[in-house]
Amino acid sequence: MNILLFSLEICLTSILAGFLGALTGLGGGVVIVPVLCLLFKIDLHYAIGASLISVIATSSGAAAAYVREGYSNIRIGMFLEVATTLGALLGAYLVAKISADWIGIVFGVVLLYSAWASLHNAGVDPKRTRQDALATRLNLRGSYPVQGGKEDYTAEHVPAGFGIMFIAGMLSGLLGIGSGAVKVLAMDQVMKLPFKVSTTTSNFMIGVTAAASAGVYLSRGYILPELAMPVMLGVLAGSLAGSRVLVYAPVKTLRWVFATVIVALGGEMIFNGVTGRL
Amino acid sequence: MPGNDQRLEIAMGLMLRVGVTVAALVVLAGGVLYLSQSSRPIPDYSHFHGAPAAYEHVTAILAGALRIESKSLIQFGILLLIATPISRVLFGVVGFTVMKDRLYAAVSAIVLIVLLLSFFTRR
Repeated sequence: MNILLFSLEICLTSILAGFLGALTGLGGGVVIVPVLCLLFKIDLHYAIGASLISVIATSSGAAAAYVREGYSNIRIGMFLEVATTLGALLGAYLVAKISADWIGIVFGVVLLYSAWASLHNAGVDPKRTRQDALATRLNLRGSYPVQGGKEDYTAEHVPAGFGIMFIAGMLSGLLGIGSGAVKVLAMDQVMKLPFKVSTTTSNFMIGVTAAASAGVYLSRGYILPELAMPVMLGVLAGSLAGSRVLVYAPVKTLRWVFATVIVALGGEMIFNGVTGRL
Repeated sequence: MPGNDQRLEIAMGLMLRVGVTVAALVVLAGGVLYLSQSSRPIPDYSHFHGAPAAYEHVTAILAGALRIESKSLIQFGILLLIATPISRVLFGVVGFTVMKDRLYAAVSAIVLIVLLLSFFTRR
């Protein structure tokens, strides 16, 4: 097999990962890293380097479309980015300190959690319980379009949300993924933001979070240009196509298919990590 | 003022899209060049050796890209891609300052500093 064929195979796999990642809302990163490691036998560090680059591309590419709908909240996003970028720096630093096997095990656990979360996020808005003084002081509020007008919201449990965002950032830096599932958990479940606001703001934040680890990845040599190229272009093309056909797709069935794939990959990552094969 | 917020967001979104498009085109150009030049067998990627120094540091990447070396060109496109969300945050610092929102101008500045820190940490 020559380089052209090899790059083409990686590119096609990345297109599929990006496509399914966009349709299910999980992102392409969570599936491309285990596929590169397990199927293409690529070292974990190179795999997370290539994935991180594709995460920046898809997040930034999709953001423009989300902004126009008026759901995302730049203040909440920017405030929480303080936590995610600090976490991402720590995560990227830890990659060199933790063995590939352990990173694989953590990756597997995050995959299993993402699969579970994708099947349980019903898309219902959380019940709001109380006014949060800190959120009011930090102006963490807004309004979003609902049927027949606009509805106001204010964030709750700001310190807890901030803490979970730090962990989301750390996982992003450690695993080269967007960790959108954890970000939505913080905003949706903990800070009680409306579902649409959580998902769109989270997407906006993913690129900035990933950019925080990118500098560290680059200087440590995790980013191989010839591998990052087909992964980035493939995932980007796949996710753009995925978001176009999203309205026509049988999302519920797809979620189950993708969740099954992710559970299988997560199980295999954990197995390979435990048996010391990564 | 939600109207201004929305305008700032739309401008940020547009900037992101332009940045990604330009970066992807540069990566694609470098990729085509790389694939048209290489007929060697596939290097061993199963063990971590780290990328060559020419692809690790910004100045080295820029020098290689100027020589139209294919992999440096790809890496230069990747640098442009990384710069895209960073400029979005820079845009936030300016935007919030113009909107006289001191708190969020400061929050954006903190995020920007953390992002730049990433480029000044060494092994």
